[in-house]
Amino acid sequence: MSSPSESPARPTGVIHDLGYRPYGGPRLGEGPVAWSFFVTGLRNTYGLGRSARSKVLPMILLGLMLLPALILVGVLVQAKDILDLDEQIVAYSTYPLTTQLLISVFVASQAPALISRDLRFRTITLYLARPMRRSVYVLVRVASLSVATFVLIGAPLLLMYLGGLLADLPPGRETGRFLGAIVGAALLAACLAGLAALVAALTIRRGLAVTAVIVVLLVSYTVVSTIQGIALGAGHEAVGEVAGLFSPYTLVNGLQVFLFDSPDATPTPPSSDVMGIVYVVATLLTVLGSIGGLLLRYRKVQS
Amino acid sequence: MAVIHTAGLTKQYPRVTALDRLDVTVGEGVTGLVGANGAGKSTLIKILLGLVPATSGSASVLGHDVATEGGAIRALVGYMPEHDCLPADVSASDLVVHLGQMSGLPYAAARERASDVLRHVGLAEERYRPIGGYSTGMKQRAKLAQALVHDPRLVLLDEPTNGLDPSSRDDMLGLVRRIGHEFGIAVLVTSHLLGELERVSDHVVVLDGGRLLRSSATTEFLHATGSLLVEVQGRPDADRLLGQALVDAGLAARPAEGTMVEVDVRDETTPDVVRDLTVDLGLGLVRMQERHHRIEDVFRDGGAGDVQPV
Repeated sequence: MSSPSESPARPTGVIHDLGYRPYGGPRLGEGPVAWSFFVTGLRNTYGLGRSARSKVLPMILLGLMLLPALILVGVLVQAKDILDLDEQIVAYSTYPLTTQLLISVFVASQAPALISRDLRFRTITLYLARPMRRSVYVLVRVASLSVATFVLIGAPLLLMYLGGLLADLPPGRETGRFLGAIVGAALLAACLAGLAALVAALTIRRGLAVTAVIVVLLVSYTVVSTIQGIALGAGHEAVGEVAGLFSPYTLVNGLQVFLFDSPDATPTPPSSDVMGIVYVVATLLTVLGSIGGLLLRYRKVQS
Repeated sequence: MAVIHTAGLTKQYPRVTALDRLDVTVGEGVTGLVGANGAGKSTLIKILLGLVPATSGSASVLGHDVATEGGAIRALVGYMPEHDCLPADVSASDLVVHLGQMSGLPYAAARERASDVLRHVGLAEERYRPIGGYSTGMKQRAKLAQALVHDPRLVLLDEPTNGLDPSSRDDMLGLVRRIGHEFGIAVLVTSHLLGELERVSDHVVVLDGGRLLRSSATTEFLHATGSLLVEVQGRPDADRLLGQALVDAGLAARPAEGTMVEVDVRDETTPDVVRDLTVDLGLGLVRMQERHHRIEDVFRDGGAGDVQPV
């Protein structure tokens, strides 16, 4: 801004070319760099730091996930005595199964945004030309997606837990159930994120990746729950228990039934100790297997 | 200290030998790496970044061994790939800040550096728009900015002028020169266009089929001939008359392009001899200039064909 007293021939707003200034400040090591990469990835899954359009879907899904929990809490707090309730209306461990469609859509839409995007635009070259190692890149990407999914699954559970305490449910029992559910949510998030990342890493086409993840998650759940229903009706529970291993939702729910004595949410949860251990092993194999598959896949990615 | 040093560097793919016992030393300033497509330029860059292991031989960058200290090298080196590598849905500003952090800068420093380098490469307001809408020239600038954001000691620029129109090409070459000389960052720049590298580089390394064809200062490429080009006029056979007179005077002369005569310089009196003879013959001296080699000549004479078969 030039004031009227100054002569117009001598503008004050001169841009000085400072020339090139070298950087002499601190340079961070592997750990802080990986952390900053993780945080950026986590923010990106909710559209933060991306275009306004990419915030819409994840935020709507998070809202839809919280809405039923909010209603349940409202009912619990207001009508506890009228309805004679002494526990959560919907068990913590059942909630992710009820909302599995929302969770699947979230994972399917955000896994390609994190994974396929770098492959499609070949931005991965720019990451690999930096100090971070290839395996760290893969692990941090999966971690970002897992934690984002965990937030989506865990947020309504936290809301229900706080509502439960507000409604004077026995705090000790609620805390125990809630912690069990949170462990389950973490395992479910890891399974879903691992599988979705693996599928997304196999294609550079965003639409294809979204469809593929949806198909894998939704179709497997539908098929598994159908088989479980039929198995229960036909009296062959063992068939249904084995079938339960093939969808992350039924798998992790079965694990919660076995480990934390959560109420049944599937027609045929694991009934024996052997089957329970098989569920635990299958969960770990799903998580570790998909991470291993991703590491193998990225070994072949051109730098 | 040499910025890059390779000794017997060999990279063997199942079907092709990309690099064949390469011994190269690159110093400060701008070094051009020339070769046809498939000469091994990109392979060399990936080995130098520690991304691809060499089959045999060794290489060091800024004193770090590429085989064992890839991470340390990549912290000190900036890389601008040949191909498209920018995501379409973020702005250049956000991307360069993020990649600065990935190179180890704290967030505040990354922001400051990103804004600095984007100014240096000439991305103004458009830096805040998504990269998807950029022209090729703007994308190349953004790619260069991300290679500079962490203030590297060396940048590896793979075909930075690819796909640019002549004026953007000049801008980019000017930038490359500034990086090497004003910014004090060593530059290794590849191109398959020799004329470009003649203009910006201090030193040229020529690769052919994975082998080192020649490595020397650009001035040597340009001044190695030691001959004069003389153009005369006045009579239809003026060039032949002068040529004969020069040979009679004991100088080595031969016809050159067009009607010019090329004379080997014997000592500092040679130009005077040429002038006097021209005057004696009653001809007009149109021009007399030092003959400059072009880097192309390395390929043409004594070039690829001269390399001994193994």
